[in-house]
Amino acid sequence: MTMPSIAIIDYGLGNVRSIANALETVGARSLLTRDQSVILAADGVVLPGVGAFRQGMENLRRYDLCDTLHRLKAVGKSLIGICLGMQMLLETSEEYGVHEGLGIIAGEVVRMPVTAKLPHVGWNEIAEPASGVWRDTIFYNVKEASSLYFVHTFAAVPTDAAQILTITEYGGHVFASSLQSGNFYGCQFHPEKSGEIGLKMLKNFVEML
Amino acid sequence: MLKKRIIARIDVKNEFVIKGIHLEGLRKVGDPHELAVRYYEGGIDEIIFMDAVASLYGRNNLFHIIEQACRDVFVPITVGGGIRSLTDIEKALKSGADKVALNTQAVKTPQLVSDAARIFGSQCIVSSIEAKRAGNSWEAYIDNGREHTGIDAIQWARQLQELGAGELLITSVDREGTKSGFDNDLLSRVCDQIIVPVIASGGAGVHTHVVTMFDSSQSDAVALASLLHYNLTTVKVLKADLAENGVPVRL
Repeated sequence: MTMPSIAIIDYGLGNVRSIANALETVGARSLLTRDQSVILAADGVVLPGVGAFRQGMENLRRYDLCDTLHRLKAVGKSLIGICLGMQMLLETSEEYGVHEGLGIIAGEVVRMPVTAKLPHVGWNEIAEPASGVWRDTIFYNVKEASSLYFVHTFAAVPTDAAQILTITEYGGHVFASSLQSGNFYGCQFHPEKSGEIGLKMLKNFVEML
Repeated sequence: MLKKRIIARIDVKNEFVIKGIHLEGLRKVGDPHELAVRYYEGGIDEIIFMDAVASLYGRNNLFHIIEQACRDVFVPITVGGGIRSLTDIEKALKSGADKVALNTQAVKTPQLVSDAARIFGSQCIVSSIEAKRAGNSWEAYIDNGREHTGIDAIQWARQLQELGAGELLITSVDREGTKSGFDNDLLSRVCDQIIVPVIASGGAGVHTHVVTMFDSSQSDAVALASLLHYNLTTVKVLKADLAENGVPVRL
C-alpha cells in the first residue's frame, strides 16, 4: 500500500513543521501547499492554525483558499482543522470584533465564559458527549478522559449539538473540544502536541482515508 | 480538569546538557536530544531548551536541536536563551518550537514582548524571570543569573503580563540547582499578582518539594532539571507520586 498523501494548507499561520512530523510518524506523506489542484488531489487535508481568527481568514482569502475548502467539503474529501483551523470552519468569531468565518459548519466561535485563567493552556480531558458518538470516528479507540494539549481563549459553539464529538470542562464551563461534520473534523486541542494519544488520532485519520 | 504540567528544562551549552548550581558552575550531564526523547517517552508534558551561554555570545544556537527534537517529541517545545529580536522568534518557531522564552532582551527592550505577542500571539511568548531574594523582595536578574537589574521581580511580572506575555517562567536564582526546595514565597507572591500561567523553576530535589510547591502556590506547571537529569527520579514515578498526593497530572 502506498502512503496516503496529506496536504497541509499553507496560509502563513500554524506550526506546520510539527504537524508534518506527526503525520510522517503515523505513516503519511505530507505536502505543505496552497496550490488548489494539489490540495484537491491529496488523499486528505489538514487545516492548521495558531494565531488570530481575523488574520487567519484574511490569509485564506488572500491565497484564494476559501472556495477550495468549500469544494473539499462538497466532494467528500477528509479534512481535519486544528485549533484556529477548526474555528475558521464556523460562521463567525467574536475574537477582537465579529469576523466572518468559512461557514462550512453552522455556529459561532465565542470567548469562553469561564471563572478560571484565560487562555486555557495545558493538558485537559476529553469526554464522549453521549455513548456511541465515537464509533467509526477518529476517536473510536481513544480512552474516555484522555488528556490532550490545549492553548486557546475562544471555543466553537456549533448550531447542531449533534456535531460535537468531544466535550471538555474548564473553569466551570463545558465546551466542544472537537467537532465532526461529515468528512470534516475539527479539534480545539493540538493532536500533534498531545503525545501518544494525539498521534493515535492522527493515525486513525490517516487510516480512514 | 486541567492538569498541572511537568516540564523538563534542558539547559544546553555547546551541544551538551549542562547543570549548575545557582545557574553557575556548569557540568555536562548528557546529550540534549537523547534526554528530550527519554523524557517524552516517559510522559513529560513539555520541554524547555535553554541556551545557557547564548546571552554571552548574543545568539541562540539551539535551532538545529529544536528541528531534530520536534521529529521525535510530540509535546510542546519552548526555546530560550539569546532570543533578541522578532526575527529570532520567527526562526525559533519555524525550526519547530511552539513557544519562545524571553528574558535578557525583554529587560533591555520591553517592547519586544508586546511586539512579539501582537505578531505571533501571546500563547507563544513565555517571559522568563530570574529572581533573587533581596530582603523582603526579589530582584530580577539577566544573563542567566549573572547580572542584576535593580528591577523588582514581582512588579516586572505584572508588567510582562500587561505587555502580553502568555506565560511566566519564574526561576529562583537562590534555589536553582540546590535541590533544597522551591522559593514558595516568591511563587505565591507572583501567582497572587497575575493571571497568566506560571511555571515554577529552581530548587526541586525530591518529590515532596514539587507537592509542597503546588500546595502552597497557584503555579500551573513546574520545570525540572536536576531531579530528572541526575536520575533522582523518572517522569513516570514522579507523576504517579504527585497523583497519589492529590496533584492533578496527566498519567
